[in-house]
Amino acid sequence: MKQKSDAATAPAPFDVASVRAQFPVLAQEVHGHPLVYLDNAATTQKPAAVIDAETHYYEMDNANIHRGVHELSQRATRSYEDARAKVARFVGSDDPAEIVFVRGTTEAINLVAQTHVRSVLNKGDEVVIGESEHHSNIVPWQMLCDQVGATLRVIPIDDHGALRMDAYEDLLSDRTRFVSVAHVSNALGTVNPVQEIVRLAHAHGAKVLVDGAQAAPHIHVDVAELDCDFYALSSHKMYGPTGVGALWGRRELLEAMPPYQGGGDMISSVTFDKTTYNEIPYRFEAGTPNIAGVIGFGAAVDWVTGIGIEAIAAHEHDLLEYATERLSALPGLRIIGTAPEKAAVISFTLDDIHPHDVGSLLDRAGIAVRTGHHCAQPTMAHFGVAATSRASFAAYNTRDEVDALVAALAEIIEVFA
Amino acid sequence: MFDDMRELYQEVIMDHNRKPRNFHRMDGADREVEGHNPLCGDSLTVFVRLEGDKVADISWEGVGCAISKSSASLMTEAVKGRTTEEAREMYGQFHNLVTREGSADVASLGKLKVFAGVGEFPARVKCATLAWRTMQAAIEGQEEAVSTE
Repeated sequence: MKQKSDAATAPAPFDVASVRAQFPVLAQEVHGHPLVYLDNAATTQKPAAVIDAETHYYEMDNANIHRGVHELSQRATRSYEDARAKVARFVGSDDPAEIVFVRGTTEAINLVAQTHVRSVLNKGDEVVIGESEHHSNIVPWQMLCDQVGATLRVIPIDDHGALRMDAYEDLLSDRTRFVSVAHVSNALGTVNPVQEIVRLAHAHGAKVLVDGAQAAPHIHVDVAELDCDFYALSSHKMYGPTGVGALWGRRELLEAMPPYQGGGDMISSVTFDKTTYNEIPYRFEAGTPNIAGVIGFGAAVDWVTGIGIEAIAAHEHDLLEYATERLSALPGLRIIGTAPEKAAVISFTLDDIHPHDVGSLLDRAGIAVRTGHHCAQPTMAHFGVAATSRASFAAYNTRDEVDALVAALAEIIEVFA
Repeated sequence: MFDDMRELYQEVIMDHNRKPRNFHRMDGADREVEGHNPLCGDSLTVFVRLEGDKVADISWEGVGCAISKSSASLMTEAVKGRTTEEAREMYGQFHNLVTREGSADVASLGKLKVFAGVGEFPARVKCATLAWRTMQAAIEGQEEAVSTE
């Protein structure tokens, strides 16, 4: 049974000032200017509720989970497993056993590559990914294809940064075993047509992993609607702690998968003659996990759900439109990534001004953006640039901050002219 | 905001960024070495023609941030016509200047002293030294590309 917000408990209208007030880190100056944090695609800031949840765990409930009979261990285990249920609901599943806690999206992808896909991929078979993927959704597949003698096929993007669906259909064949694509591109902001990608993959007998690192914080995610087979997300991209993420997988697939890392907790019994493995999801959670991080992740899910993902999405969409309009008016500024459907990420270049200089100068104005290849070197190569500057927005950003960015860029352009 | 950065983005640096000197390929170069700064995307090639132990001619081509480009431009101006030993010595002084390690004979560095501010911005040191490291590799007859990583 999926959780839906109903009119009687609808979240309050979005109030960015009260959102900002919940983030202690935002109340500081950097180089004498108020911090303008526009690097959310790299990592998001944390509300007091998340920080407090981790602190509370260490102050009151810290104990190892699953194996203890004492009070603190019970409390820790309950909080940990509550977080699992929260993440399941957040992505649209009513089965907590379909959530595996991992270090982040990167580990989730490596896990699926080396367990499920490894077990179905033979020499001469094919794996399909997008040209605009983050390196974490490229390299694990390259490594796997090398191991097995399989071929990696790449869906090209068009000059707006959207995946070319005609080319995708041509790539699919009876040799395709697996498709792995991002829900939202971290470098370009493109929202990919995941439902259609999944439908076509399934029609060819291939399973699909969706990299949701940049989607989960910004748009509604429902694995039942998407009909994908695996979905990966990271806590730290959605207002939660670093070092923890989740892999959602269909129960029947997880149950059939061999283990990933071996160790404690993932076993049922161990002798030197034979070891048997635990049931899902524990089979994939070897060793003591980042307990505090998972609890913080659960608090982040509560925080996002409390505000409402649709409200956050609407707020960010307004910022995207406003920022796109104002930035486009600057002379010599070129936006890289102009797909019709985008999350609030704007990559851009300035004529004759290197992103490294842009980033350093913006930093002196208290403005944090990211410059470089954004772990998407093939994307950069497609657009013929070594690097871009990237401004990426979150729930606590404001139109005033967009104005500050534009003013600073105008000054930089003038000085370099 | 920009006034804060004057220490790094001095007028001389901005001038050499806009109009880099000795910025061309060299046909008939004795040495040609590439240098890369993978973290930020600076990439250049230094060309050298030697006459005995003198750097008879030096030029460069490349893309990168204002610090790396102006450093390459000023480096070629400083090194052209010098002996290889003098070029080596100058590189050592320049390195001390930008890393604030050891002592730099600022007077002997002439125009290069505009890079004194780089020490305040450790993330940019590799941008400033890339052209010098590449020049050094060219003089020493190294053939593989230089990387800052």
